[in-house]
Amino acid sequence: MRETATTLSPHLKDLENESLQILREAAGQFDKIALLFSGGKDSVVVFELARRAFAPAQVPFELLHVDTGHNFSEVIKFRDDLVERTGARLRVAKVQDWIDRGELKERPDGTRNPLQTVPLVETIEEQGYDAVLGGARRDEERARAKERIFSVRDNFGGWDPRRQRPEIWNLYNGGHLPGENIRVFPISNWTETDIWEYIGARGIELPPIYFAHEREVFERDGMYLTAGDWGGPKKGETLETKKVRYRTVGDMSCTGAVLSEASTIDDILTEISTSTLTERGATRADDRLGESSMEDRKKEGYF
Amino acid sequence: MTVTSTEPSSEILQQRQTLHLCTAGSVDDGKSTFVGRLLHDTKSILADQLSAVERTSRERGLEHPDLSLLVDGLRAEREQGITIDVAYRYFSTARRTFILADTPGHVQYTRNTVTGVSTSEVVVLLSDARHGIVSQTKRHLAVAALLGIKHVVLAVNKIDLVDYSASIFETIRDEFVELARSKGITDVQVIPISALLGDNVVNPSEHTPWYDGPTVLGYLEEVEVHTQNTNSENSTGFRFPIQYVIREGSQDYRGYAGRITSGEIAVGDSVDLGQERSATVTHIDSSDGALNIAGVDESVVLRLSAENDLARGDLIAASDRPEDTTIFEATIVGLSEQSLRAKSKLKIRYGTSLLQARLVGITSVLDIDTSTEHEAQTVELNDIATVKIQLAQPLPIDLYNAQGRVGSFLLIDPSDGNTLAAGMVSDLNPS
Repeated sequence: MRETATTLSPHLKDLENESLQILREAAGQFDKIALLFSGGKDSVVVFELARRAFAPAQVPFELLHVDTGHNFSEVIKFRDDLVERTGARLRVAKVQDWIDRGELKERPDGTRNPLQTVPLVETIEEQGYDAVLGGARRDEERARAKERIFSVRDNFGGWDPRRQRPEIWNLYNGGHLPGENIRVFPISNWTETDIWEYIGARGIELPPIYFAHEREVFERDGMYLTAGDWGGPKKGETLETKKVRYRTVGDMSCTGAVLSEASTIDDILTEISTSTLTERGATRADDRLGESSMEDRKKEGYF
Repeated sequence: MTVTSTEPSSEILQQRQTLHLCTAGSVDDGKSTFVGRLLHDTKSILADQLSAVERTSRERGLEHPDLSLLVDGLRAEREQGITIDVAYRYFSTARRTFILADTPGHVQYTRNTVTGVSTSEVVVLLSDARHGIVSQTKRHLAVAALLGIKHVVLAVNKIDLVDYSASIFETIRDEFVELARSKGITDVQVIPISALLGDNVVNPSEHTPWYDGPTVLGYLEEVEVHTQNTNSENSTGFRFPIQYVIREGSQDYRGYAGRITSGEIAVGDSVDLGQERSATVTHIDSSDGALNIAGVDESVVLRLSAENDLARGDLIAASDRPEDTTIFEATIVGLSEQSLRAKSKLKIRYGTSLLQARLVGITSVLDIDTSTEHEAQTVELNDIATVKIQLAQPLPIDLYNAQGRVGSFLLIDPSDGNTLAAGMVSDLNPS
């Protein structure tokens, strides 16, 4: 699945230089940092950049996985292998624990992505993180197009677009009040294509579900979903075997697979360039809930 | 050898593959439509995004899809038909990759324009052919000039609404070129466009046979932009503010991580560490392994010959390292609703340093409409002012360079960490 590593194009080198600066700025400005890590390609790339930013020393912060419990087993295995291989420190905040304690309620549609916000905000508070790094990109979605690289969050983790600081030149201001924290987005300026080209050029390992494979799926709302305890397939939905891959990785209940023959990174780049849908439009039910669903979730403390 | 080259290497002189640009215009100049058109005609818009636009346009009873809906991000904006804040867009052609900062025209125009312009190499201003150059156009141009932008495009929009009149276009063009020259901007391109109909944005127009220049995209693909200004006689030498010290005990490794803000560095070069200390660069470590040479904007780790206790905030520089300074003059732009007064206690972020500072005095505030300066007691949001700043500890400070990589700083509220102003060092020996 991996192509031979090659040198970076000038464009990717520009992006990498910027991301390394942001990661080192975060490490220099904050006392306790977590890197949000889902095993998805964007968080894997941020982690890889962090390893490069601080080599030969260890990455000076821990990984935080907000686990919905609706995981692809391949992704959890990938996560655990990566931790084993790199010596990274991993903390897991399980949505299930909040449900068991009665602090969160399961939604009627079974989707747990929106339920991640409370465990995330509470873990930040409990651990005393003053900065949380994430793999959000501005090209993903319209609300994210307005996000800062250093984004101030209030005591409740909330994002107020009108309160964001202007970011001038490449001077990043991490100043904040006690109780507030800063979300830092080192790959803000990367596109989906940039991510894949970088993964190819740097020979980065990914969970295998990003590449075309045979899978038992059923169709719902125009997406191919994998069966699981979370509530699928329902009556009337039939399982069938298709050759698919995932363009994004999230909660199983709302992340759809796309029909695909792309088994290498080059195939994937070709597929993206001819796709008529954005990655979120193609595969994320949580973004289809409404035109402003990302804006609303960010205001509550979501990434 | 103690010579540190200030000549950019041929690699740095290469045409940049990535172009950072910023768009600005006043309300109703059709800027969102222009950006939507640019994205649409470069095939950067996918079917799910376009169908959402078509659906909303139909619901509003519009005849054509309203391409501005592609870029108006937040619900509050869509409901009010305005743009609140700087948004970033990405598109590419076979020739180049573009990162576009889309800045709104009405509220807090200076603040947002400064933000967009500060990361850009090219500024695209929009004007309405029916109204020509308005005060907003002049303000945006003044901000671009202030930050040292070298390439400006004026897109004269809605040319269809003046019947594709060559004479109206030429009047606006001549006035704008003259205005830009007076502010020291020499690479100016004025282009007649209709963002709504697509004339001369990406595709050349059949309706403007009297115009033989490039389309907006054509210009952006070809414009020559270099990271370092090679023409400048007094170009700044190597500057490397330390971001982070990397230590690894088992390998006895101690390296200084940062991003080169000026000049270049080679293994074997001598560097000035301040306080009469110097060292030789023994290794340049990077994401691509060991390098022999590295240039501006590269993120690298330097290892030095001599034992030293450098830390985050310290500067590694070439032999033209600036003297340590505690007082300097600067041009600042007010970015906060909180006004700045003389004697205010502040924090300053300069390079990777963060220290206490004081606004000693406000020399003058610029009236951008008349280009005249007047006295003032405070610096308000969107004001451009000349001020004197005193630092609690001496710092090696450079004059501002056009790339904003050296001589640029933020003034920060010490009570809550908010950014109050952006500044450019203008005089190191103020009277």
